[in-house]
Amino acid sequence: MSQQRKQWPLYEVFIRARSGLEHKHVGSIHAVDARQAVEHARDLYTRRQEGVSIWVVRSSDITASDPGEAEALFEPAKDKIYRHPTFYSIPDEVKNL
Amino acid sequence: MSATATPVTAAASDDLRFRYAVHLGDTSLILAQRLGEWVGHAPALEEDLALANIALDLLGQARHLLSYAGEIEGKGRSEDDLAFLRDPSDFGNLALVEQPNVDFGHTIVRQFLIDAWQLELFERLQSSVEPRFAELAAKALKETRYHYRFSSGWMVRLGDGTEESHQRVQAGLDALWKFTNELFAPGAVDEEAAAAGLGPDPASLRAAWLANVEPVLAEATLKKPADVSYRWFGKRNQHGEHLSHLLAEMQFMQRTYPGMQW
Repeated sequence: MSQQRKQWPLYEVFIRARSGLEHKHVGSIHAVDARQAVEHARDLYTRRQEGVSIWVVRSSDITASDPGEAEALFEPAKDKIYRHPTFYSIPDEVKNL
Repeated sequence: MSATATPVTAAASDDLRFRYAVHLGDTSLILAQRLGEWVGHAPALEEDLALANIALDLLGQARHLLSYAGEIEGKGRSEDDLAFLRDPSDFGNLALVEQPNVDFGHTIVRQFLIDAWQLELFERLQSSVEPRFAELAAKALKETRYHYRFSSGWMVRLGDGTEESHQRVQAGLDALWKFTNELFAPGAVDEEAAAAGLGPDPASLRAAWLANVEPVLAEATLKKPADVSYRWFGKRNQHGEHLSHLLAEMQFMQRTYPGMQW
């Protein structure tokens, strides 16, 4: 560990817990390539049967919103409570909405 | 890679079942211990975990096989008794798996050579006349497919990597290749087991093993070392000094505090 070593690229890991559910972000790992990223994600994030499918993506390939723009992006939604579906009464027969 | 049924030519005695279970179980156990030595020392945290994961798969195989060996023997010895209270001359593991860790490349080579063999062994062991072997094989085969994926990936990455990584993994291959002829050698417990339908004929695994090994070596730009005629015979319980040192560490707690429990 004494000499300076190049860090492996970072990958973000997404796990699908069960069939029918969506992949959820669970964390990140370092790996030299995508194939190995899947292996590392498998070893780290599915040890206790947490998943049935893995996605990995280079962290550098993710484009994120700018925290400095948060006000402009998210505040305008604040006063538009009519967008929430809380003004409708749901019939009893409808089980899953 | 389709499994072919082994013809039954002689009934398997309890003694033979015991020795075959010990041979296979010890091979998994000793390799697990060698991989466990990497914990806290691997070149990256992710590899630390990967090696420990493989070690735990192997330890599970050893537990299954040594528990069965203890039952068959009928002297009341548990898996723990067999793992922690036997001497080196009672161990039937292959010489390859007791070879000490040198560097990460060397460990990958050892793992790769064994994975390529266990793939073929477990594939065929599924049709053992003894259900306990067949059950173990079905479970272990899935684990081994992953181990092979892991180790063959690293063989190519290191072999076809930098000058230093290539040189290290080639050195590991040169140092370990001479232990591979034992995998297929006749004259030991696995040949007897094959005659009784307990497992595959060791010699019959060679071609399939080579088919798992050679394309990876080629892709990794590694040179296959020449075969040697001298044979190590761990499966006849003949071991070098390395196994004694390994067992001294592995068995220390039970030897020092007999009957100790966590």
